[in-house]
Amino acid sequence: MMRYELTQIPWLKRLLVSRWPIFLVRAVVLAGFVLTIVAGLVGSPVGSHNFAIIFVWIAWWSFLKLLAIPFGGRAWCAVCPIPMAGEWMQQGALVGRSARGIGLNRAWPKQFRNIWIPTGAFAMIGLFSAVILTLPRVTGWVLLGFIAVALVVSLVYERRAFCRHICPIGGFIGLYSRLAPVEVRVRDRAECATHADKTCVTGNEQGYGCPWQAVPLALVQNTNCGLCMECLRSCSRDNIAVNLRPFGADMGRRAGRSLDQAYFGFMMLGSVAVYSTVMLGAWGKLKTAAFEVGSVAWLSYAAVFLAFTLGVLPGLFLLAVWAGRKLAGSTLSLRKTFIAQSHALISLGLLAWVAFTVSFAFAKFSYVWSVLSDPFGWGWNLFGTAHVPWTPYLMNLAPMLQVLALLGGLIWTSVWVRRIAQEELLEKQAVRQSLPVMLFCLLFTIGMLWLLIG
Amino acid sequence: MTHTKYPLSNTCTARRRKCFKSQIAVVAVLLAIAVLVVPAPMSLAAPQERHIRIEASRFQYTPSVVSVNPGDRVTIDLTSTDVVHGLYVDDYALNITADPGQTTRLTFVADKAGTFALRCSAPCGPIHPFMVGRLNVGSNGLLWRAIGIASVVAFAGLWWFRK
Repeated sequence: MMRYELTQIPWLKRLLVSRWPIFLVRAVVLAGFVLTIVAGLVGSPVGSHNFAIIFVWIAWWSFLKLLAIPFGGRAWCAVCPIPMAGEWMQQGALVGRSARGIGLNRAWPKQFRNIWIPTGAFAMIGLFSAVILTLPRVTGWVLLGFIAVALVVSLVYERRAFCRHICPIGGFIGLYSRLAPVEVRVRDRAECATHADKTCVTGNEQGYGCPWQAVPLALVQNTNCGLCMECLRSCSRDNIAVNLRPFGADMGRRAGRSLDQAYFGFMMLGSVAVYSTVMLGAWGKLKTAAFEVGSVAWLSYAAVFLAFTLGVLPGLFLLAVWAGRKLAGSTLSLRKTFIAQSHALISLGLLAWVAFTVSFAFAKFSYVWSVLSDPFGWGWNLFGTAHVPWTPYLMNLAPMLQVLALLGGLIWTSVWVRRIAQEELLEKQAVRQSLPVMLFCLLFTIGMLWLLIG
Repeated sequence: MTHTKYPLSNTCTARRRKCFKSQIAVVAVLLAIAVLVVPAPMSLAAPQERHIRIEASRFQYTPSVVSVNPGDRVTIDLTSTDVVHGLYVDDYALNITADPGQTTRLTFVADKAGTFALRCSAPCGPIHPFMVGRLNVGSNGLLWRAIGIASVVAFAGLWWFRK
């Protein structure tokens, strides 16, 4: 598959190897993060007048889904402020290479080396989403909670265990980063295989061993690469490349197909459908039910959310895979086929999130101008934009963009449903295996179309 | 001659596949074009006056979905039952607000067909950003065409994008 090595460009390579550019971006992001937490905790309780709500859930969350993940994969993880404090303590340095870090450096428990915890964490966010997304104080406390957990985990376990095995946003980004057109890979695998020291894993004076505990030689997909560039610094044989590649280049890889990844994918698909129903639908009682945490209505919402994302959706998909096996006369195990085929839903999921995001990002973005001038909602007017009225942008274009995103996701998924089926089956069998699965994808797409533009 | 048999057979199969792919592509494109160009069902009813009363309360409009015909002259009386609520009509860019217990009137001609969100434009509580309703002006052609094209591409893709 075609690749263009970005690290062939000398100035770009220098930029990536240097710790300063990433540090400076991280410092700015950290400052914004601190402002967000302070605004959340002490600012106006009205979400649309508070920097925390508008910047986290309108600006950042939309930026992540519309641009950062589709085009940069895990690029956000390289500058994410949440693990910074813990990582700096682990490493004992803010910018340079140091060997005086603190922490117990324990290995992450084997039974949790998967993404079941992020799946559960994302489910928790889903259950409390109406509160987290609208109450500044709750957003502030949630972010503080993330920092605290990341710090404790960094002090007990080695490297970025929090990012890889706990963070729900990390799980989200990791899943969809497989579609991104950027990757860090070994340039010459033979060269790497003969390099006994593996400084990219163990670290040396130039760089730390991979904070994500990835082995670059074995890296065949983006999920566990945080684009931190440590391997680029520490490889003593100059054998690491940052490549531009076609979108979705990881999708044909069998590595990383597992039940936890499959379920995380269903959690994402289910969540976007539930969010579209609750937040963008015209049913006020549903919104109230999702908001009134602890009430009977909320308990019903929570039960439906969990049943739909973890039971109904995977159950229907399993039924489709089972029907496909029967049609194809396949002798492959149902579990293996289910896991492999669910991998194809990644593209459908990302583009469903893009379509969902277009709905509220365009409608709410104008709040950004007022909270920039008045981040705490205290009546300031720092840049003269505090009184910019709320105005939805490009609402005449939004439905068309949503249709294009959902259709694009469906077409892209049909490519992978068929190709994954053909990995193990003959051509005609593969088509038969794929038919019920594509019916599932079509029905999901129709459901999203109805929710978003219906 | 046996050494040429398999290559020839492979060539024929490849040709047949290419031909089949082309047929699939042509059929899919024709179906997609048909879905795009088939005219949407037109309302035969003459434009009329529509008077609609919408009650705005905690995070919802009642009724939450309003349907009119293209060309209708629509008058909306927005009444708020609790706090100040607003009503912004997407794409039409019309906006009104109603104080608690008061009614505000909005009149416009529904000259754009489609489905439009009605959004609360006055911060009314935590769920305010998600307080929405729907205005249907005629049939939702975009939705039906999108469903039609999705149905075509989903299954055409299975044959087209083989390994």
